[in-house]
Formats: sequence, structure tokens, C-alpha cells
Amino acid sequence: MKPESPSDLYIVSSSPHTHSGESVERIMLDVLIALAPAFLAACWFFRLEALRLTFVCVAACLLTEWLCRKAMGRARAISDLSATVTGVLLAFNLPPALPTWMAVAGSVFSIAIAKQVFGGLGYNPFNPALAGRAFMLISFTGAMTTWSQSTWLQKIAGAGADAVTTATPLGFAKEALKSGQALPVFNTGLLSDFFIGNMNGCIGETSALALLLGAAYLLYRKVITWHIPAAYLLTVLAYAVILSLASPATAIPPLFHLLSGGLILGAFFMATDMVTTPVTRRGMLIFGIGCGIITMVIRTVKTGAYPEGVSFAILIMNAFTPLINRATRNRVFGTKK
Amino acid sequence: MQTTPSPFTFSGGIHPSYNKELCSGAPIRELPMPARLVVPLSQHLGAPAKPLVNVGDTVKAGQLIAEQNGFISAPVHAPAGGKVAAIEETLTAAGRTCAAIVIEPDGSQEWELLPRIADWRTADKKDLLAQIGAAGVVGMGGAGFPTRIKLSPPADKPIDTVILNGAECEPYLTSDHRMMLEFAREIRVGAEIIRQILGAKSLRIAIEDNKPDAIAAMEQAFQGIDGDVAVTVLRTSYPQGSEKQQIYSVTGREVPRGGLPMDVGCVVENVSTAYAVYDAVANGRPLVRRVISVTGDAVQQPSNLLAPAGTLYSDLVAACGGLRGKPAKVISGGPMMGFTVSTLNVPTGKTASGLLLLSAGKISSYTSQACISCGRCVDACPMGLNPSELSQCIEADDIESAEQIALMDCVECGCCAYVCPAHRPMVHHMRRGKALVMAKRSAAKK
Ligand code: SF4
Ligand code: SF4
Repeated sequence: MKPESPSDLYIVSSSPHTHSGESVERIMLDVLIALAPAFLAACWFFRLEALRLTFVCVAACLLTEWLCRKAMGRARAISDLSATVTGVLLAFNLPPALPTWMAVAGSVFSIAIAKQVFGGLGYNPFNPALAGRAFMLISFTGAMTTWSQSTWLQKIAGAGADAVTTATPLGFAKEALKSGQALPVFNTGLLSDFFIGNMNGCIGETSALALLLGAAYLLYRKVITWHIPAAYLLTVLAYAVILSLASPATAIPPLFHLLSGGLILGAFFMATDMVTTPVTRRGMLIFGIGCGIITMVIRTVKTGAYPEGVSFAILIMNAFTPLINRATRNRVFGTKK
Repeated sequence: MQTTPSPFTFSGGIHPSYNKELCSGAPIRELPMPARLVVPLSQHLGAPAKPLVNVGDTVKAGQLIAEQNGFISAPVHAPAGGKVAAIEETLTAAGRTCAAIVIEPDGSQEWELLPRIADWRTADKKDLLAQIGAAGVVGMGGAGFPTRIKLSPPADKPIDTVILNGAECEPYLTSDHRMMLEFAREIRVGAEIIRQILGAKSLRIAIEDNKPDAIAAMEQAFQGIDGDVAVTVLRTSYPQGSEKQQIYSVTGREVPRGGLPMDVGCVVENVSTAYAVYDAVANGRPLVRRVISVTGDAVQQPSNLLAPAGTLYSDLVAACGGLRGKPAKVISGGPMMGFTVSTLNVPTGKTASGLLLLSAGKISSYTSQACISCGRCVDACPMGLNPSELSQCIEADDIESAEQIALMDCVECGCCAYVCPAHRPMVHHMRRGKALVMAKRSAAKK
């Protein structure tokens, strides 16, 4: 055998030599596309505030990511779009009037501390956007729980036509429970308002309609599977139904639970974050059920400080992900069923 | 004789683009005899054969030129009459090196055949097995395990089902497909011989539903056969051709971990192997040639060629009208499990079912990234493994953990790497991990 010149040689590599064509960038792009309807809804309901927060968070996340990668001497700074997704999700989890500098601080925390310190995309144990939000809730409690005035309360029987409130629906309900007042009664006007997104809340969480459109796209593109969202939503629903059957007078109606407090955003866009959730189908179901139970416990414990609970539920379950993965390995072919 | 859809389908698997239309319609063509055959002494699993000829000798087609060397081994015969020009090292299709006997064919048509066993129905099992062994028949679907051993399971492992593997699940390749269309009757005889040797009650011909013409050809060829015989139509899904997955799809039985098909009463033989068994028994012809698909977008005229073992890839390409542009990869086998070679100066062998030439646009080339835990590989793995976790253990050199989570059960099918959006070289990791485990085990034995 005589050696040949390298330019005559063909590429040698391990099989397989063909690929599905899927990429991380494409997955992230799909998530961004899926978030577009909710972004438009946010701009409709919260106007310039939504634009401002989304722009600030995305810009701050990208800049932080780029600086971190540079500082660590790593390749692939921001092209994978994951920092863009984090920026959008963080912004969607902020109240409309939040000062810009706080949004920047949260973004820096999300990317620098919750993601790059661990090694970047793929190595972060917690959802960066939710970790950033948790950081902000603790650091800027006041600003993070100040909501704008809204008229959603008018639809509630008994409230005057001029009633405005600065509470979120769940916050309002929790206050009512604490003080022993009657709970808001759920009627169809309120239901449709909630579904479309006319209520108080973080800028990206209010419109169930827009979020569900995006979710349908993610399911269609097979970016997510139904397991986590379905397990999560059904657990919340079941828990709420049981509560309302047990004590109809003091329980928040089940549909109210489903449509408020960022549950839809969380269930489809954050509890499905690939990096921080289980890889097996069974693990995903357990993860979703866990999120549902923790969310409902946080929401319904009367003495609790937080009326919402979705963010913390997902973060807590993120911590269990490695354990769930280990406990739910698939059965190896040829071993006992 | 009947045709039934397969009652089961293994879990996991993928649906790659098959690209079979490039040459599935091309009838088998006999390659003009090349000027030089480089016949490897290792065309099978096990010890390389021991040469019996010297440089300068004249050999006849079919003459034994290297003998079986040990229990797991197979003899090698001259694919053509001519002069032994050299005995030298060659690159093999799998990218390794081994010794080869170089023959310069002289155009003589005279064959040295084994005595035929015309009336194989009344022949003794021992004689049939000896004939198959002497003819150097090995599994032609990939591994090249000597067929005489596969067909002699120990007495405590009765075989009730013979599965004829016509799935050909690798994209691009069509050699088995063409064999089923053009040599259906011969394949039937081979299958009957195999069934008789094993004393198996049932015979199943397993074909994916993307080859309706092959299904029809097999149905017709097996008309009138006695016993429990059926064409089992498999759902098209890669890797239906993998032994364990196919046994499950056809019978619902799972080969136990670390076990063999005979542990669940099955033997799987490739359709081309069945042809070779027929040829060895009925014609006394040793296995010295086979059909190989030469295909891909970097070859002018994709074809199915009947080529003698030892044909250089360059001669195959020339017979297909030459290259079209410059291939980026030259692959022995299909795109999922085939081996790349760096040059066309590589000979075929008994297990060479395909030569795939792909241009840069058709191969996946990329920079791999960190695992994003998307779980797609977990869903795709037909063995129920967690390839993400396995590859990360191996990357971290934690071979013990990888072994504990069933690294050795990996069949290297490549489904995990195919679906991975982070483009992780999973099969590379698995092979490296398995090699380290084997090294550790053999060190422990010493
Ligand atoms: S190559 Fe191994 S780990 Fe990957 S899918 Fe196939 S069997 Fe599973
Ligand atoms: S497919 Fe790739 S990115 Fe997804 S879990 Fe498997 S190894 Fe990780």
C-alpha cells in the first residue's frame, strides 16, 4: 500500500453518516415563533411596557451571554438563540411597570449566575428565566408584586361598574380567603376575559388564547411532547376540583386556577424546558404531576406569602430532575417486564 | 403459506430518508472481471483464514486458497481463475487492515466446485453443515458470523422459528431487495435447507412494507411449501433489520440481555445468505461473489453489481460510470451503520452489501454541542437505553457507571446520533466505551 496525498483521501468518521437535520438553533427558533402570539397579546394589553421589558431583557441576556462566553474563552457565543429565549421568557414573567434597571439585573442573574456559571446551555440545573424571576421576587419584592390598574374586576357580580383593582386575580382571591370575604364568582364574562388575557398579571402570562396557539405549534413541531403540560394542568385541575367539592364556599373555582397566575405559560413554555426537565416519558409525567401539586399547595396555603406558585413549583421540580431521570429509566430490551 | 402484518413493532427507532429509488430499479448486473482481485483472508467474524497458496501459483475459480483457522473462522476460495500475484496487507471495508491474496484473473472459466448435494432433502444434517462450512458461507447481512456455527445450536436450545431477514432497513442499499426479486426460487430452496437443518417448525420471511414487490415475489416463490410458513410484513422503521428487533417484531419474543437468538428459539438468516446456502448445497459453489449496491449521489450510475470478493472499490465505481464530482465520504455499507474508508483502494468481501458514495451536501458534518437533555435519543433507542446519560458517562471516563446503565446492550444502530439536535457523536462514544469495558474485562481475566 502506498500512502496517498491527503487531498485524495475521504472523510473518515464514526457512523451514522446521516442526520435528521434537527438542531438546537432550530428548536430555539421554534420556541421563539411559538412565543410570538403571546408577545403580540402582551403588546396589546400592556402596550409600550411589554415592548420595553421584552427588549431590555433580550438585550441584557444576549449581552451577558456574549460577555460570559468571551470571558471564559468559549466558542458559540449567542448564535444558539437560547439567551434570546431566556430573555423573552423572563420578560413575560415580569409585571408591566417594573423599572428597567431591575429587568437588567434579573437578566444578568439569569444568564451569568443561573446558566453560565454552571457551564452554559445544557449544564444549568434550573430554568434560567425562572431562576432570574425568583431572584427578583426576593430582591425586589415590592416592585415585583405591584400591578397596574385593571378593570377585570368589573365582570364580577356585585362589583361596581367603576371598580378597578391593582390585584391579580389570584392575589385578590387569596386576600379574600385570608380576610374571610366572599370569593369572586366566576361567570362567563370573566372566563372569556381571562381566556383572552384581559386581567392583571405578568406581561406574557395573561392571554391563555395566545399561549395555547404557541403551544399547539410546539406540539406540532414536536419540540415538546404533551406529557409535562398535560400532567401539570390535569393535576392542577384535579386538585382544584377536589378542593371545590370539599368546600365550595371557600375554594377558588378550578377554571380560575387554570387560567390565572401564569399556569399556561409555565406548563407549556417553562415546565417543558428541555435542559432542566426529565428525559423519559414517565419522568415527564412525574415532573408535571409534581409541578401541579406544588403549585396548588403554594396557592392554597392561606398563610403563604405567594399567591401564584408556578415559578417556584417548576424550580423545585427542576431540582428533582436528575433524581427522576435515574428513577424512571426505560426498561432495557431483553430484561424482565 | 400466507402473508401477515407483523404482530409487534419494537419501541424506539427512526424514519430516515431511504433514498432507495436510486438503485432499487436497477437489475443485478454482472461486473466484468477486474484485472486484479485483492481477496482478504478475513471476510468473516473470527480468526483470519490461513493461506494455502504461494505467490506465482495458478489457481482455478472456486479453489480453496485459505483454510479455516480455528472454530470461529471460515475458509476463503478463489473468486476467479488466475495467478497469485502477491500476498500482502490490505485495508478492509471496515477500515482495518488484514492480509489478502492478490489474484490476477487469466480469463479461464473453469471452476473447481465442491461435490453437489443434489438430493438435499434426504441428506444428513451433518453433511449439509459440512458443505456449508466448506463453502465458506457466512452471514452476509453484516457481521459475517460463520453460518455452519449458527446452524448448529446446542441440543438444549431447540429452534422453532427460522426468520429470513429481507428487511434491508439501511437507507440506500437495495442488494437484498434485488436478490428477492431476481432469485426468489433459489432463496426459497436455501431457506428450506436451513429449516431442515434446524428442524424448525416455522419459517417467516420478514420484509418491510416499503418493498411491496419483494413481498409479492416471496409470496409467489414460497407458494405450495409445506409447514408453517408466512411472509411477515414489517412496518418500515429503522432498525427492523437488526436481529433482536426483528425477532421481537416477528414473534414478540425478546432475546434476553446478553443472550442469543437461539435462547428464544430463533435463528435469523439474511436472504442473501439463504441464496449462498442454496448455491453451496445444490451447486457446490463456494461463496466467492455477491451482489453489492454501489450507490449515492457521488456515483454516475447507481447499480446493483454481482461482483467477485476482492473487487476493489475503484473497479466497482468504474463499472458504474465513474464518480460524479468528488465524494466527501466513501462508506462500506449504509449510512446508518456503515464504515467510512479513506480511499477507493479497498476490496469487497462476503459481507459487503453496499458501497455508498456521498457528496459533501449529503453527509452530516457539524460541531457537536453539549447535551440539552431533549430526550429524543431516549425515545429513539430501540434497546431502551439512555444514550444521553451513557455518552456523558463515557465522556467523563466514568466507564463503570456506563457499564451499570447497560452500555454493553448498545447495538450501535445510530438512532440516538441521528436524532440528536446537539449533533453529539453518540456512536463514537459508545464504541469507545465498549472497547474500554472489553479491555478491562480481558485484563481482569488475566
Ligand atoms: S446506538 Fe446504542 S445507544 Fe444509540 S440508539 Fe442504538 S442501541 Fe441505543
Ligand atoms: S438527543 Fe442529544 S441533546 Fe437530546 S438528550 Fe440525547 S444526547 Fe442530549
